[in-house]
Amino acid sequence: MNFIRNSVIPVGTVLLAILALWYAFAIVLNAPFERDQAARANTTISTGQLIANTMAQERPVLPAPHQVAEEIRKTVFDISPTSKRSLVYHGGVTLSSTLLGFGFGTLLGILLAIAIVHSRTLDKSLMPWIITSQTVPILAIAPMIIVVLNAVNITGLLPKAMISTYLSFFPVAVGMVKGLRSPEIMHLDLMRTYNASKAQVFWKLRWPASMPYLFTSMKIAVAISLVGAIVGELPTGAVAGIGARLLAGSYYGQTVQIWAALIAAALMAAILVSLIGLMATLVNRRMGVRP
Amino acid sequence: MRLSRSPLAIAAFLLAVPGLLISSGGDVFDTLTYSTPVILFVAAAVAMFTSVSIPSLVVVLVLVHVVAFCLIGLLHAMPQPPGPSIGYWCMVASSWLLAWFSVQNLAGLKLASPQAQRLVNLALPVLFGAWLLILWEIIVRGFGVPSILLPPPSMIAERISSSVPTLWADFQQTYLKAAIAGYAIGCGSGFLAAIIVDRVPFLRRGLLPIGNLVAALPVVGIAPIMVMWFGSYWESKAAVVVIMTFFPMLVNTVAGLAASGAMERDLMQTYGSSYGQTLLKLRLPAAMPFIFNALKINSTLALIGAIVAEFFGSPIVGMGFRISAEVGRMNVDMVWAEIFAAALAGSLSYGLITLVERAVTFWHPSYRT
Repeated sequence: MNFIRNSVIPVGTVLLAILALWYAFAIVLNAPFERDQAARANTTISTGQLIANTMAQERPVLPAPHQVAEEIRKTVFDISPTSKRSLVYHGGVTLSSTLLGFGFGTLLGILLAIAIVHSRTLDKSLMPWIITSQTVPILAIAPMIIVVLNAVNITGLLPKAMISTYLSFFPVAVGMVKGLRSPEIMHLDLMRTYNASKAQVFWKLRWPASMPYLFTSMKIAVAISLVGAIVGELPTGAVAGIGARLLAGSYYGQTVQIWAALIAAALMAAILVSLIGLMATLVNRRMGVRP
Repeated sequence: MRLSRSPLAIAAFLLAVPGLLISSGGDVFDTLTYSTPVILFVAAAVAMFTSVSIPSLVVVLVLVHVVAFCLIGLLHAMPQPPGPSIGYWCMVASSWLLAWFSVQNLAGLKLASPQAQRLVNLALPVLFGAWLLILWEIIVRGFGVPSILLPPPSMIAERISSSVPTLWADFQQTYLKAAIAGYAIGCGSGFLAAIIVDRVPFLRRGLLPIGNLVAALPVVGIAPIMVMWFGSYWESKAAVVVIMTFFPMLVNTVAGLAASGAMERDLMQTYGSSYGQTLLKLRLPAAMPFIFNALKINSTLALIGAIVAEFFGSPIVGMGFRISAEVGRMNVDMVWAEIFAAALAGSLSYGLITLVERAVTFWHPSYRT
């Protein structure tokens, strides 16, 4: 009962408010076009008719939520997933490069963190650069990587995955350095009194202690790899993927299509992040963390 | 006389010997060809046969950078195919190992004076970055990597110096107009929303989970819609930045406002302070580390948002426009120049925020010495 009162009702209310606001904005933003149409046809339009019309425009300034939902339903369920007009197809393209890039990025981040924790030289010389790399708008490089790799005949999944890798290694590396250093001195001393080797300290103390940090940073990393994959799809001339849908929609003024792609991307991000959250819960339980 | 037992020094010394014996390749025979291996050999010998001390490390470092400079010079004089020979690459490897050796020993030093320690701590990443550039230059030129794939740093530097006016105009359009305006509006409104949300518990419970979710969404995707609504000038880019920066600020500020301890709040209550007084004198100062965290995250996001939004339509000026246009014309060096400008702007604004943070949150444990 507490759960319902403390989270379902407030979150639901806010969601409803957002939905209501969305409808209101859709009416306000789409109304000028309808009035214009009516004035051109030399007819007057009643308020009720005006509102009904703003909800069903072909290319609205802001599509109403049910239009977006209808577009998603149509492109997900009615069209076969292998067709180029299917949102499932485009979502799959984006998802595969996101996951590939995220996998590589996480691996690279963990390896870098292990190297940094075990080497004083790397810690002092490489770590500042990893931090600085965060202040660089990496996404700006994305189109260049794609086009340049296309020029040397590397196309398809790999270039996009590289961008996701580049974006996602950073949070994992920084989080894991923190995590691998999180065991207290007392625990490290205990391992010393056991005469544990460096590998044993790593596998039995540092690695388990870093798990919560790993999952927190993996959540950030997966979200940012999705952004990387979407932006990576922009410059390829709108071939396939959520980014290509966005670009094609903006070229042809298909606002409903843009919003459908956006909502699909948002759903994908939410599912990926919550999957990692679930994984974290499972691993934590396996390691004996009691809530 | 003492033999070094560091594997790095031994390997560097062994690699310096073939540099003396095998010619660097090409048909260049001038002072550079003869002097480079000798200087390298001297540096390797110093690393090999003297005990580690600051003077010896400094000697090695100075010599090794002279060698690196000479190696790049040699490369310019060489005809491209066939490129440098095996002796040349031995010298490159040897000088890199020597630099690594000195950096390793510098990192291991415990210096008495804090100023010297700070100098060393600053020098280490600078050396690392310098060697990244040196190896980039040598490998790209030495192996004849087409400049369309990866231009050497010298070419990028040339391009930067020759197109300062263009870079400045793009910077003005993207950073000074779009990014800063959007950043100020987004952070300001996020901050105000956070104070309202904090005052109303119902909103806090309802809005925070959604805010956390939105902070993880690919908000950049909203760019084409904003370009449609606000036109292709800088206002649409600012709008994207506003939306991107709003939620991180909201979430962080709300978390920060909850950060002050119960005991301090009780104390404020016993003083009979009002809501406004508690907010201004206790909770906002306590929230400052969180707020600065959001400001830092947002400084990067703002630049990204402004650049990516320009991919969807912009006037013929701006960093994002320049990047996508020059990529289309295969002028990769100009793209790298733009990226350098963006990186510089990003790092400088990040550094500026860090400085202000230090001044404002001087009481925080991470800054107390």
